[in-house]
Amino acid sequence: MTAPTTGAVDAYTAAQAAQDDAVGHGTRAFRVWRGADGAGAFHDYVADVDEGMVVLDAIQQIQASHANDLAVRWNCKAGKCGSCSAEINGKPKLMCMTRLDELPTDEPVTVEPMRAFPHVRDLVTDVSWNFRVKPRIQPFTPRAPDAPDGTWRIAQEDVERVQEFRKCIECFLCQDVCHVLRDHHLHDEFVGPRYLVYVAALEMHPLDIADRTTELKDQFGLGYCNITKCCTTVCPEHITITDNAIIPLKERVVDRHYDPLRALVRLVRGARKHDSRDTPGSKR
Amino acid sequence: MTYQIVDHDVLVIGAGGAGLRAAIEAAATGVSVGVVCKSLLGKAHTVMAEGGVAAALGNVDDRDSWRVHFADTMRGGQYVNNWRMAELHAREAPDRVRELEAWGALFDRTADGRILQRNFGGHRYPRLAHVGDRTGLEMIRTLQDHGIHKGMDVHMECTVLTLLRDGDRIAGAFAYDRERGRFRIFRAKSVIVATGGIGRAYSITSNSWEYTGDGHALAYLAGADLQDMEFVQFHPTGMIWPPSVRGILVTEGVRGEGGVLRNRDGKRFMFDNIPDNYKPQTADSEEEGWRYTQGDKSARRPPELLTRDHVARMIVREVKEGRGSPHGGVYLDISWIKERLPNAAEHIRKKLPSMYHQFMQLAGIDITKEAMEIGPTTHYIMGGIRVNGDSQMSTVPGLFACGECAAGLHGANRLGGNSLSDLLVFGKRAGEHAARFAMERSAVTIDEGEVDEAASRALAPFARRGGSDGPFQVQESLQVAMQNHVGIVRTEHEMERALTEIDALTRRAEQVLVPGNREFNPGWHTALDLRHLLIVSEAITRSALARRESRGGHFRDDYPEKDEAFGTFNHVVRVGGDGMMRVEREAIAPLPGELAAIIEEMKS
Repeated sequence: MTAPTTGAVDAYTAAQAAQDDAVGHGTRAFRVWRGADGAGAFHDYVADVDEGMVVLDAIQQIQASHANDLAVRWNCKAGKCGSCSAEINGKPKLMCMTRLDELPTDEPVTVEPMRAFPHVRDLVTDVSWNFRVKPRIQPFTPRAPDAPDGTWRIAQEDVERVQEFRKCIECFLCQDVCHVLRDHHLHDEFVGPRYLVYVAALEMHPLDIADRTTELKDQFGLGYCNITKCCTTVCPEHITITDNAIIPLKERVVDRHYDPLRALVRLVRGARKHDSRDTPGSKR
Repeated sequence: MTYQIVDHDVLVIGAGGAGLRAAIEAAATGVSVGVVCKSLLGKAHTVMAEGGVAAALGNVDDRDSWRVHFADTMRGGQYVNNWRMAELHAREAPDRVRELEAWGALFDRTADGRILQRNFGGHRYPRLAHVGDRTGLEMIRTLQDHGIHKGMDVHMECTVLTLLRDGDRIAGAFAYDRERGRFRIFRAKSVIVATGGIGRAYSITSNSWEYTGDGHALAYLAGADLQDMEFVQFHPTGMIWPPSVRGILVTEGVRGEGGVLRNRDGKRFMFDNIPDNYKPQTADSEEEGWRYTQGDKSARRPPELLTRDHVARMIVREVKEGRGSPHGGVYLDISWIKERLPNAAEHIRKKLPSMYHQFMQLAGIDITKEAMEIGPTTHYIMGGIRVNGDSQMSTVPGLFACGECAAGLHGANRLGGNSLSDLLVFGKRAGEHAARFAMERSAVTIDEGEVDEAASRALAPFARRGGSDGPFQVQESLQVAMQNHVGIVRTEHEMERALTEIDALTRRAEQVLVPGNREFNPGWHTALDLRHLLIVSEAITRSALARRESRGGHFRDDYPEKDEAFGTFNHVVRVGGDGMMRVEREAIAPLPGELAAIIEEMKS
């Protein structure tokens, strides 16, 4: 284990790093953001590296040896829980799934907290806003059971249609990278890609009969998304957020609220929550 | 000192599957429910469960029933299970799974649109409802998303330091919030402990930092009995290479889908040693084993699907006798099925998507083309808080436990898939009974002395001078001691050494220094968790020393055989009159005739 080398990182030459990397072990330099409540600075550390190491291994090593109070969230360390989100070399990633040998060896690895959320300490941010958004979304509402045994029959292909959305591990990297939240701070008007995926999973659930299109338009800010696809790019679960979730939701909203024929029908017959397409069993 | 006080009728500690299911049930009765959890909501270890949830739905094989599931669970647990829990579990699991579907969970389907079930170790018929290999995520997310609309208050990133008592009764818990380090009193008429496992007591584990035996230790210190703490499950298949992934779980579903274990010489060594009580149910040939995994009802299961305790020991034997893989494990191969199936690669990616991703990303291995290198990893503790089988109440009035931290259902060894069903069945029961208990009781009074003492103990690491140990060093030393001395193969001599080391580490833990302040300080959090980790380590070691036989997850090199005399009682760990830990025996209640008959009938 090497002693902390705050300020001495330049001594760690690119040649050395490349050489070490070639044999699979050695040391790597890290610049880790430290501080509290938004104020802070990069601190330099050196970690011993082994074959196959991920960024989280290095952070844990630094924490155990040099900086016991280095604040970081993690749990499963296998890309399944979505706790260890951070910005690595400026890119939103899971620390547990980012291998050091994927990162350039000629410069220190920078590790920062997600920048779209209020800073708490070191690599930890206040993501509680996300947990407040979810209860605003109409919960799963199944149609009445229609199989003789009091349950449902569901085709595997209907399960698979929404599996992609249900893979979401709630790491909030898509929220972190979304410019509507990150740059424009429209948290009160826009729920962000994570919750649009969540709505898509509910809307396309083979048993669900609720209609969330009005909220999508009026409360969840679906219109703010201008399809830059940054969310899709950073998703560690490879969910095609924009193409498969957001765009179909936009189409539904347009279909429901901006179709002139439907608008006319609504005007004549009065607004109703469901139109005929939402009869049980017909949902897609 | 003054503290923030939060009042609830029922306080649930832990927000994995068991805690959430308990909270949902308690909230449904209209009482006020609070949930505290160490991490963010939805991050608990349930999320890591891969293979599926065991329930005798009989959708794939209609010969299955609760009676077969009951007998499988008892056989797997080597008959020291709480038979009442095994019965309730087998009877109620199907309803709990169907209920989850009504709350939005989407399981994979059979051709006629019902819930699909897969094969798993120790289960006679295909029994595990699943979603590819991410069943745990589906379950925790369903419970979380259902629960947030049921009126429970969730206190995230909040760690309990001690349980509070009012006379003999439970009165709540004293905790700190991780973000700012502020203390908080939770006053409650009943408390449900659902804190999961103890995996962090070992160096090779599938468990995250959270699993420090908090619930076990909190209950023990509050006067509750622990039971059968020697039974720790080492899952046979954890990743072993590269070093950074050591311990990460590889689902048993790989073997359920036809994956086989081979040693360095390419031999399927699991055929070499099949326990007598499983012989009638185990395949004679590789051919028969393959047919079983492909749904042939006339075939018997391959030996790779024997119980986890046995498979783990067989792997250890191969390695010890020099037939292991380069990094000290054996090979788990699913890629071989390409010899049998067209589109095998696509099939593997579809059935085991997260395994494919995990090996590709972390080990650079394409499991559709190459074998995985695997070895045993600390995964689960069968032992835990001793509870009433029907109500899940511990020996302390008002203190309930469910999920992994409760003992009884699994006996000496847990079958894969039985933990997800356990947490549903007994989470519900704990929630229901804790709510009833709260409704029938008057308000509690908090003992301020008890609170002040816990607060000053918690702050002590900041005030110490002179010591040199950090919390992570002590934790690591403990993990090494437990791994080396109280692991898969145990001896009296080694375990005595472990006790001496635990004793020394307990003193070192009382001297650790913590830098920084109380705001989100993992060094401090680790220092506080050490107390719990040391208590459970001692309980495991003392119980394991007392069990002079081999049974289920507990294997003694100095007593390698099962001893029927040890099958008649459970070990109970409690605080003795002198304040020292004691291990005592409690006789297992005789099996009712009806259940005994089921077990006999299923032995063939």
